[in-house]
This record gives sequence, C-alpha cells and structure tokens, in this order.
Amino acid sequence: MKSKAEIVIIGGGVIGASIAYNLADKGMKDIVVLEKNYIASGSTGSCGAGIRQQWGTKMNCLLSKKSMEIFENMNEILETKRDIELKQGGYLLLAFSEPELDQFKENVKLQHRYGIPSELLTVKEAKEIVPQLNTEGITGATYCPTDGHANPFRVTQAYVEAAQRKGVEFYTYTKAEDIITENGKIKKVITDQGEIETNKVVNAAGGFSKEVSRLAGIEIPTKAERHEILVTEQVNPILKPMVMSFSYNIYCQQTPDGSFVMGYGDPDEPESHNVKSSWQFLEEMSKKATHLLPFLKKIRVIRQWAGLYNITPDAQPILDEATDLEGFFMAVGFSGHGFMIAPMTGILMSEMILDEELSIDIELDLERFENDRLILEPSVV
Amino acid sequence: MNDNTIVCRCEDITLKELRDLIKEGYTTLDEIKRALRLGMGPCQGNICLDIAAREICKMTDKTMEEIKMPRKRPPVLGIKMSELAGDTDEE
Repeated sequence: MKSKAEIVIIGGGVIGASIAYNLADKGMKDIVVLEKNYIASGSTGSCGAGIRQQWGTKMNCLLSKKSMEIFENMNEILETKRDIELKQGGYLLLAFSEPELDQFKENVKLQHRYGIPSELLTVKEAKEIVPQLNTEGITGATYCPTDGHANPFRVTQAYVEAAQRKGVEFYTYTKAEDIITENGKIKKVITDQGEIETNKVVNAAGGFSKEVSRLAGIEIPTKAERHEILVTEQVNPILKPMVMSFSYNIYCQQTPDGSFVMGYGDPDEPESHNVKSSWQFLEEMSKKATHLLPFLKKIRVIRQWAGLYNITPDAQPILDEATDLEGFFMAVGFSGHGFMIAPMTGILMSEMILDEELSIDIELDLERFENDRLILEPSVV
Repeated sequence: MNDNTIVCRCEDITLKELRDLIKEGYTTLDEIKRALRLGMGPCQGNICLDIAAREICKMTDKTMEEIKMPRKRPPVLGIKMSELAGDTDEE
C-alpha cells in the first residue's frame, strides 16, 4: 500500500470509480480508492440498473441527460473489455390521478428545456407501447424513448479498469477507519491495512456516507435506507420499456438477459444498514406487479436481495467541498439514482477537486439544507 | 473437460470464459458471479459455484477452505408470481 497519495477516494462503487477515472484522465497522479469489500459490492451492485432522464428538478434533468450521452458512448470512451449492456427501451411513467398528471406535464416542460426527448401520452398511447398493461386507474403517462438500462457491475468495472490504466490504485478489502485532521486541513487516512498521508479525501461511501463524514468530524443529513428488489427467471423479450409509477409505487424492467427486475419503496422503512430480504416484500411486490402487468403471473421469481439508498431531504445528491475542512469532498446522498448519474458526477467532481470551471452550474451544496433552499425532487420511488 | 465445457448451464458459461476471468485477477466467487452472471440463473449456483471454486484453487494458491461462497439469496426454488401474490383464480 502507498504511504502517500494526492487524493484518497473512499468507496469503490460506481461514483468513486467514475471520480477516480475522471481525475486520472485530467492528469492527476497518485490517486487511491479504498473499498472495504469488492468493487461495486454496496449500493451500486444492488441497484435496479435503470437509467432515467425523466426528472422533476433542473439538476437531476441535467445530470441524467449528460450522463446518458456518456453511457451511449461508454464502450468507446472507456475502451471496455466487456460490453456495458446498454439497452434504451425507454421508461414509461404512469400517473394515477389528475394532480399527478399535472405534475408530469410540468416535468415534461422542464425536461424539454434541457433537451430530454420525453413526451406526454394518453392512456391509449401508453397501452400501444406496453400492450399488456392493465390501465385500470391510470390517468396518463410520460415516455422517454432514450431512457433504459445498463449493467452496473460492467459499468463500474469499466471505470475501474480505465482508471487503473491511467495509474489509479484500487485497494479492495481495505476499510477507512479514521481521517486525521489538523487546523481545518486533512493530514491522513487510517485504514485497517495501513496509513496514507493525503490532503484530499472524497466521500463516495454510498450507504455509509454519514459514517465516513463523521470520521472527518462532519455531519451530513443523509440517511441509509433498505430498498428491496427481486429478479425473475429469463424469458423472451416481451417488455420493452421500464414501467414505473411513483404513486402506485413500482418499477419493473426486463433486462437484456431476459429477466425482470422490479422493486418498490416501503414508506415505513426505518433508517438502518439492514440489507436482509423479507418475505413481506416478495408477497407485496408480486401483488403489485401482477396487477399492473398480469402476464408476470406465470413467471417465476428466482432471487431477491436488498441494498441501501442514501437519501437526502430533497432527494438530490450533495456534490460539494466541506466549508470547515479544506480538501474534504462529498459525492453522496444520491437517493436511489446514483448509478444513472454517475458519469456526469465523476466529471463534475473532478472539475471541483482540480478547481476548474464546472461544466454545469450545480446547486448541490451542503448548505442548502440549513438555508432552506430546497428544491424537492417530486419523482422518486 | 475442454475449453468449451459448459460450467454454468443456466447462463451458458464455458470453462474458457471462467479461466480467462481468473487469469485477469478475479479470484473470489462474488466478483466472478457479478462479472459473468455465473450462478445467477434459476439453479442459483448449485452446480457452477463449486466448479468455479475448484478452478480458482487450481489456478491460484488459494485452498477450498479459503474460498467464500456468495450469500445465499432466497427463494431456494423459483416460485411463480401468481403463487406469491396469493392468486386463487389462476387461468
């Protein structure tokens, strides 16, 4: 292990890997990434693998649109060894009330302002896209044909390998245990495998972002929350887009290998690091999914798992440098959509760290939670 | 056994694909599973994970005792969604 580094990134998920790659790509040397398990073993590896651009805030629209442009060219940009399995089958978002549909109309206007090719659909038009849909209670929908799916393991590994070719060192099975500071500056990171002297640290710890911030004495308003998922056996391609609803509370997509991946958010889920599966989820998920997409009745569930969302009060991430601790950067609180905006997050964080002009004007600082400048993202599961 | 021997029948993975990955430096079952989808099919790794563990031992200095099995995910066998949803009037 190196005893000195220019920067230490804590977290070997897609966010940490994307930041490391972009820093190295801009010429930074001596970059170290610490991962307490293996690459993509946390939130990245347990996520639903969807990529959506249909958001209700300017920031999420911009981050996701620009990230999709990178996903579309990722195999070339990162010279990936294994295809990232990008499938752009679209996202069909369903509204179940008039107010929800009104919100969708506002969202689509906003999305168009940032070049996202979404459209408002009638129930009949939605049924044309997904003929198997049970339209009972649905008031309308929006659809974006370029939304889709990519393989989170492959994407993260692609970033890791491209970063390694540029000299980044990834230490897996290495846990950051303390961050030593002195007079508002970072001195070193202590791990269970040794110490690394550094002046810069990036918190990219996903579900453990609060704990890693505390190592540096900084409090952040993120909370970890279990979200469960299940996957079915593989069948022939029959469902093109991701079908999703915020009010009905579901997302369900057929991945390129033929299996269906689906989940919902439990409003009563407490803050914790619990990633155990529950039978309650299996039952409730099956009821919800087979009601909306009755053809799923005949398909078998083969596996379920759970991962951690890292949620902020406005469901938008914190991309910032701490005011009280120079060189402590945060890329945390992705609120369930970190994977899909990881490409742009890596670029912005590398610009922030190297003190370059940011390619998007971001308003994702930590202070927004104290000053009540919150712009709530209305569209999350 | 040759290069074309299928080691994971659910995901159609050959012995060569597995060995190539181990050569690249993937030496834990958790990492191999995620890179290749080995063990992610309907049998949930009941056949392939032992084979993969043995190949890791052959190609590295690890012993079988040192190889950690990925976490078992429920359910043990595939269950139709209609049964899980408690449907009584299935066609």
